[in-house]
Amino acid sequence: MRIDVNSFVGAYPFRKVPGTSSDGLLRSMDRVGIDQAWVAHLPSVFWRDPADGNAWLYETAGRQSRFRPVPAVHPGLADWEQSIAEALSAGVPAVRCDPMYYGLDPVGSEMRALVKVCGKEQVPLMLAVRLEDSRQRHPNDRAGELPPSAVRTLVRSDSRVRLLVTHADRPFIEEVHFGSTPEESARLWWDISWVWGPPEDHLETLLGTIGVERFVFGTGQPLRLPETSVAKLDLLDLSKEQRAAIESKNIVIWPL
Amino acid sequence: MLIDVHAHFLHDRSPRLDWLARNASRLRAGERVGITVHVASILGSWGASSPIYFPSPPDLEYGNDFLLQLQRSNPARIRGYAVVNPNFTTHALAELARCLDAGMIGIKLAASRRANDPLLDPICRVARERSVPVLQHIWQHRRREYPGQEASDAAELGALAARHPGVNFLLAHIGGGGDWIHSLAVVRDLPNVFVDLSGSGVDGGMLEACVEAVGVERLLWGCDLTIDTGWAKLRYLEHMLTGDELELVKWRNASRIFPPTAFPTD
Repeated sequence: MRIDVNSFVGAYPFRKVPGTSSDGLLRSMDRVGIDQAWVAHLPSVFWRDPADGNAWLYETAGRQSRFRPVPAVHPGLADWEQSIAEALSAGVPAVRCDPMYYGLDPVGSEMRALVKVCGKEQVPLMLAVRLEDSRQRHPNDRAGELPPSAVRTLVRSDSRVRLLVTHADRPFIEEVHFGSTPEESARLWWDISWVWGPPEDHLETLLGTIGVERFVFGTGQPLRLPETSVAKLDLLDLSKEQRAAIESKNIVIWPL
Repeated sequence: MLIDVHAHFLHDRSPRLDWLARNASRLRAGERVGITVHVASILGSWGASSPIYFPSPPDLEYGNDFLLQLQRSNPARIRGYAVVNPNFTTHALAELARCLDAGMIGIKLAASRRANDPLLDPICRVARERSVPVLQHIWQHRRREYPGQEASDAAELGALAARHPGVNFLLAHIGGGGDWIHSLAVVRDLPNVFVDLSGSGVDGGMLEACVEAVGVERLLWGCDLTIDTGWAKLRYLEHMLTGDELELVKWRNASRIFPPTAFPTD
């Protein structure tokens, strides 16, 4: 079982990207052997109200049993708690918020309110550090990257919240993990999409220093080739149990 | 046969205490991926005693010597690019002669001098005379100056390539950061510029754009600092290209632009 916790459907506004339809995502999943994808609606990351994409996302995921929707929540808008209620009734695996793209202070009162509700309702909150390499972004794609300090602050701000952070590299992960208590870091999961393999061996290092149990399989597709996350696991000498933990079990169990 | 046209090794005078482990990791991962030959360079002292992208002549000599040693100790797996700093013309020409005579198969120019600068011309004349390609470090669409390097972009490499139509150039790491769309548009009509697919970038659509811009005949497979992303691109290409096209990207194109005796099958 391989679950991609970090995938998107829908067009990207800043460049031509193939495979953004739900059929395209399915083809890609088949190509690299992904059984289930946690799917977010890519265009609405850039909308004034990102939750406007949720209805389409629920409908799309409802037609495909291998998709699980990850709806967006904008805690700076008046009806954001309704988005959470809809997400809970839909049985989503997580909700996502991209404060840097929404123009929100990543540790401001809105985000802290969202974290509290996610903690209370026991729905994991997904946060992306970035979507593309900052060196190649469109000149008008000026949203900042999520800083490590924001993740440290948010995980401390509610003792029940669970955060799934995608697109983080090794320095980011180390800064947050070793800047958190064991209790705090036990509520953090990291997808492997942006962590380097050999010869720098960042992923191998992190699995040794932080632990296999903190990492989950994610790709960032279709903005990134999903083959990358499979290749970096294939380049490790993992036991069958360790590989299964990263590819599905860590995220299915969501232990507290 | 699989040739990585953009590899690096570290050495004992680099700032990295883990240099041996990194070198071993590259070779180990290469075995798993099926890399036949790593065509590599060492950028001086990697910053220990002169800047990575502005290496001093003594550091260049040490790095090149170390790579020659690696090439001799791993003759089936490792080939070398001679690295020179165009600001030291006399030294660069002597170093090229020394390293190419010793068996290196290409020239690596990092970011010591802009690619369109006349100081690169004598180096390119050596490349022509010795029939070796030039791997030019590129910042894909350099919109400004970046500290620590005098980076070039595809337009600047294009100017150099137009002045030296008899030399083959590798536009380094199309996935290495920056706007690759800009680079591909620039090199589309430059037949002596090949696109090196290495770099940590694995953007959806990038490989399709590379094929569309320069065709499979001018694509070269490579990894640079991340073998995982190189392997991912190779796996994607296996679905995207025909068998014959894939062979071009994997090794046949490289075999065509490097010296005839550079690789085992020649």
